[in-house]
Amino acid sequence: MYKGVAVTGMGIISSIGNTVDENFQSLIERKHGISRIKKIETIHKNSIMVGEIDLSNDELIHFLGLPENNNYSRTALLGEVAAKEAVKNAQISDIDSYKTGLISATSVGGMDMTEKYYYSQFDESKNRKYIECHPAGDSSTKIAKSLGIHDFVTTISTACSSSANAIMLGARMIKAGKLDRVIVGGTDCLSKFTINGFKTLMILSESNCKPFDENRTGLNLGEAAAYLVLESDEIVKKENKQVIAHVSGYANTNDAFHQTASSDNGEGATLAMKKALEVANLSPENIDYINAHGTATSNNDKSESKAILRVFGDNIPSLSSTKSYTGHTLAAAAAIEAVYSILSLQKDVIFPNLNYKTAISETGIIPVTEVLKKRSYHVLSNSFGFGGNCSTLIFSKS
Amino acid sequence: MKSCYINGIGCVSAQNTTRESASFKDFQELTENVVSAHKPNYKTFIKPAMIRRMANGVKMGVVASSLAMNEAGIDLPQAIITGTGMGCLIDSDKFLKNLIDNKEEYLTPTSFIQSTHNTVGAQIALGLECKAYNVTYVHAATSFESSLIDGMLMLTEEVDNVLVGGVDELGPYTTELHKLIDHVKDEDSLSEGILASKSKGAIFSEGAQFFVLENEKKKNTYAELRALTIINTPTENELKNKLLLFLRENNLEIQDIDLLICGNNGDVEFDSFYLNLQRSIFKNTQQVFYKHLCGEYNTVSAFGMYTACQLMRSQTVPDILKLNNVKVESIRNILLYNQYRGENHSFTLLSL
Repeated sequence: MYKGVAVTGMGIISSIGNTVDENFQSLIERKHGISRIKKIETIHKNSIMVGEIDLSNDELIHFLGLPENNNYSRTALLGEVAAKEAVKNAQISDIDSYKTGLISATSVGGMDMTEKYYYSQFDESKNRKYIECHPAGDSSTKIAKSLGIHDFVTTISTACSSSANAIMLGARMIKAGKLDRVIVGGTDCLSKFTINGFKTLMILSESNCKPFDENRTGLNLGEAAAYLVLESDEIVKKENKQVIAHVSGYANTNDAFHQTASSDNGEGATLAMKKALEVANLSPENIDYINAHGTATSNNDKSESKAILRVFGDNIPSLSSTKSYTGHTLAAAAAIEAVYSILSLQKDVIFPNLNYKTAISETGIIPVTEVLKKRSYHVLSNSFGFGGNCSTLIFSKS
Repeated sequence: MKSCYINGIGCVSAQNTTRESASFKDFQELTENVVSAHKPNYKTFIKPAMIRRMANGVKMGVVASSLAMNEAGIDLPQAIITGTGMGCLIDSDKFLKNLIDNKEEYLTPTSFIQSTHNTVGAQIALGLECKAYNVTYVHAATSFESSLIDGMLMLTEEVDNVLVGGVDELGPYTTELHKLIDHVKDEDSLSEGILASKSKGAIFSEGAQFFVLENEKKKNTYAELRALTIINTPTENELKNKLLLFLRENNLEIQDIDLLICGNNGDVEFDSFYLNLQRSIFKNTQQVFYKHLCGEYNTVSAFGMYTACQLMRSQTVPDILKLNNVKVESIRNILLYNQYRGENHSFTLLSL
């Protein structure tokens, strides 16, 4: 039976760790990365909590060995760290030995630098180098160059579901034989722009977010990057590669309800989960764990819960939102949650949903709240975004 | 891969391309360094109450996509795929400026909501109540080509039709920034047209081009979209070999290409990528350019594809588009080549 597209490596940097191993340790030790913001000067610093990565830009630049006159945005820095770990983890020594592509996702792009030098770029020529790092595609080109990928490179931006679509396109291109190998994922740094944007929507929590709790108070923003390496069955066979999981199902649908809000009955999400199950040739009862989108906003968690009830009925699999650890990392969210889903399959463990107390009265879904040892074969991961984007990925044990 | 036919087109650009009788004969060469799109009569496409609320890029996208769907006779596409290099940058600039000028106070969410890169694709879906596949590509000069690649893949995998387009809008702040780093041409250099300008940068403009792609060849088919490849960062030397390989993969020789459509924008620093091909392996091929009519924006190569489709249908090359005077008997194979500032190159092959 066809298992799906092989995942042979992964890399991640988030507020709970700079590597895959560090992230796993934090997850099983219940160590979240939510704190007051330190690196961005904002008037909201005392009224929001964020999932901020400890390393400064200078430390990241040093770690990557970049020249002093580089024009990297923090988005590109984080992305390059995670993508390099993924390639190393997949034990790729010669990137050119197969037709390799990069599909990266971002929503913030180089906004962190643009907002920093908004006016000074006009007066000081030294800050103008950041003008070209603003567009979303810039971080992808930088990451690709650093990996030695020069041909198929593209960028996806569908708000908070972006990197799910990057993983989905990568899997489809491998299946279609268009690429032999592809690095897929996403990266987003924190910025004043997004902090204030979500603040105006009044969906930022003043305390640690509480996904799926009746008394949830909104989301925590976070920053992160994560990438997977997908390879064709031919490479896996020829190189005798270790497969860490398979991308077995995927779907992208549109809620077509509202620019920013999800429909009350979770129509788009329901369609996405059903379709992903169809692609994977699985039934709802085959799913052992749902890594939910679970942003902890009033709207998302209710809508997602209803969609899950519509798809799974009374038989809801173990479920948690790891955004209680990392915050909502926007375009990177689906990619870091893909890493967590794969870790769950590899280590037969389900990560808890922190800060949960009371079930949402209307839906009654109770998430996993303790580290749970459980043999898992199939994990479903949801990601939804502004513009009605609903994406579901299914990862299966190798 | 299954066959992929272009069966409907909608184009909003610096020229009056939304008119039914739009013709290259009536188009004027641009003489300013920043040129807005020719505004279509939005009232015929969008409810008046919505016009005020919609961002410029959204309006252009809605018009171009509805024109394309009308032409193809489609009410509800089975996938919506949008390319945009910069997204809704007017709203993005507006939110950022308010944030900085007002020190993060007194902000309203409207421009933030509209600033997301996928706003155009989302608004098209919302207007059509289309729950189908919906993705936005944001990779600079290959944003549109990435969308086409996904669209062709969708047609092979599961759907019969796809709405694919490119859209980018001008934003004053971004344009001013790009003037600082010589990405925008000095207006004085444009008196004799972009090719004679001998200056750095390009004419900045905006537009939206949408296409309906279908599996089936119909009587309103413009052309077959046969193949497409994108190359992120090649060297000038590699490029010729990549092109020859692309042609070989499609069982074509140089002499099989009847028309070469290139994205020359008159930038003295980067037009050499085009000139190297135009002066060597394609010197005996009829050559066409188009950015003197529509300027430069991240998804401008979609205007190139609009041009290719019109020429394929009319089987003639208007003088205003000609780069050389090679006679062409019939136009069966068109090769499009585009790049911006030496990065994100694309080769697109259309056949009859």
